[in-house]
Amino acid sequence: MRTVAVVGASLAGLSAARSLRKRGYDGRLVVIGDEPHRPYDRPPLSKEFLAGTLGEADLALERDDEDLQAEWVLGTRATGLDRTERAIRLADGREMRADGVVIATGAAARTLPGTEGLAGVHVLRTLDDARALRDDLARGGRLVVIGGGFIGAEVASTAYALGLDVTVVEAAPTPLAGPLGEVMGGIVSALHTDHGVRLLCGVGVKGLSGGERSETGVPPDGVRGRVDAVLLEDGRSIPADTVVVGVGARPCVEWLEGSGVALDNGVKCGADGRTSLAGVVAVGDCANWYDPHAGIHRRVEHWTGALERPDAAVATLLAYGATQPGVPRPPYFWSDQYGVKIQFVGHAAGADSVTVEEGAPDERSFLAVYRRAGTPVAVLGMNQPRLFTRWRKQFTAARP
Amino acid sequence: MMIPACRLADLPRGEAHRLDIDPPVSVFHTDDGELFAIDDTCTHQDASLADGWLEGCEVECPLHASKFDLRTGAVDAPPAKLPVRTHEVLVEDGMIYVRLSTEAPNLPPCIASRLAGGPA
Ligand SMILES: Cc1cc2nc3c(=O)[nH]c(=O)nc-3n(C[C@H](O)[C@H](O)[C@H](O)COP(=O)(O)OP(=O)(O)OC[C@H]3O[C@@H](n4cnc5c(N)ncnc54)[C@H](O)[C@@H]3O)c2cc1C
Ligand code: FES
Repeated sequence: MRTVAVVGASLAGLSAARSLRKRGYDGRLVVIGDEPHRPYDRPPLSKEFLAGTLGEADLALERDDEDLQAEWVLGTRATGLDRTERAIRLADGREMRADGVVIATGAAARTLPGTEGLAGVHVLRTLDDARALRDDLARGGRLVVIGGGFIGAEVASTAYALGLDVTVVEAAPTPLAGPLGEVMGGIVSALHTDHGVRLLCGVGVKGLSGGERSETGVPPDGVRGRVDAVLLEDGRSIPADTVVVGVGARPCVEWLEGSGVALDNGVKCGADGRTSLAGVVAVGDCANWYDPHAGIHRRVEHWTGALERPDAAVATLLAYGATQPGVPRPPYFWSDQYGVKIQFVGHAAGADSVTVEEGAPDERSFLAVYRRAGTPVAVLGMNQPRLFTRWRKQFTAARP
Repeated sequence: MMIPACRLADLPRGEAHRLDIDPPVSVFHTDDGELFAIDDTCTHQDASLADGWLEGCEVECPLHASKFDLRTGAVDAPPAKLPVRTHEVLVEDGMIYVRLSTEAPNLPPCIASRLAGGPA
């Protein structure tokens, strides 16, 4: 293999590039990314960076003395993959031939239709998003967060600490019920109300109001003013100076359409990241890996997966697919909200019981174990890093 | 400086003992029976490495999974970028002692700024 191209220059792409070098690949290595920035860390964007306690330099994922001997092609989007030539087409018209391709294009924040051009409305996925949101939060006032998932909850928590008046709107009856289940989702999302942040559940958003309105309802030249309220489906109108839309992310795989790489909720992969095309693997948030334990494909959108799994995919790529997939550790993620550390490992779906093993939910300091037919399938910790790590270790070792 | 940590008999293999000095230091007893001492605070954020996942000669931070080599203090992967200090360990009459490194510690930005800003 003489040229490997990594498409996507963030955590999964960087981890793949590192792993290629660590495994002795000494050919040409090209890393393509559509953002102008070198790889940076996203979790602080909703936490310390947004709060102003970490600066941009602190976000860098690379070490100062690190040199992967890679060609960095930044600020350019990949628009296609030609399977016969195994060439990547770039938005600037260039084409890059490669013997091996690592797809690491991640995910993009979902937006609300009809909000384009309305000032004060944000999503949060990139450094540029975070800069813009930070500037708006500095104006103070009323923030409405649409979506009570992890990103929405972290933004609410950070904005609350900055002194804003915060409301969170969630369409489901209980926030976080998807990842954590009803009971634990309720306990974790009670952090909002503990701190006087309003949480409105079970009601959808109809639209946003604000901006200039002409008779026809069409804004002049696409220029619109600022948002002033969030309109709910039950007729309520929640005044807002700033709105954050935190309604999930979709995998960035449009550029692969027609390439022969099978797509299904992201890039469909084997248990080691291999795709339907030889010489092409996929990693990170864009990849829907096969989970041999559950017998289904799963797209895991967490930091630790994007860090760890590329090594397995790179091993597959370098061995031309002749490796036995190792068993990836079960998915782990963390979240920080209102000063509370939330940690989770495993899959809550399919659990038939959840028991608190240590501590007390009322005190927001406890450890809970999810079981299916008596076997642990997931563990949740709030402010219990030590115990959580022990459980995580045991749980990982005990997997069949 | 030599500091008494704890009795060797009180620190089973696979466990860590944290010394509440400033900045805190932890002694690790590996599954193979070796003893190591490193700065307890992860260089990324405010996490106690004594709460971490000990495997072989490495400890994984309990929060974001950077691993530190107990022998050298080196870090393997982001989000942490800087190594932790290592300290010498001695055992005498069943007692574990730590000889503190004279190097400057690599504290995470949140703690470094707190120290710079005066008393917490
Ligand atoms: C605000 C925020 C907070 C988070 N907090 C946590 C947390 O606390 N805990 C946790 O476990 N996880 C957290 N995550 C999730 C974690 O950051 C992601 O799982 C991780 O970033 C995934 O890495 P990735 O490299 O797969 O994708 P990404 O980080 O999305 O990177 C993909 C890169 O590819 C680029 N790209 C996309 N399409 C193309 C193209 N066609 N051509 C070239 N480049 C392209 C993108 O611009 C991007 O730079 C958070 C995420 C966000 C956004
Ligand atoms: S606090 Fe240790 S890796 Fe983040």
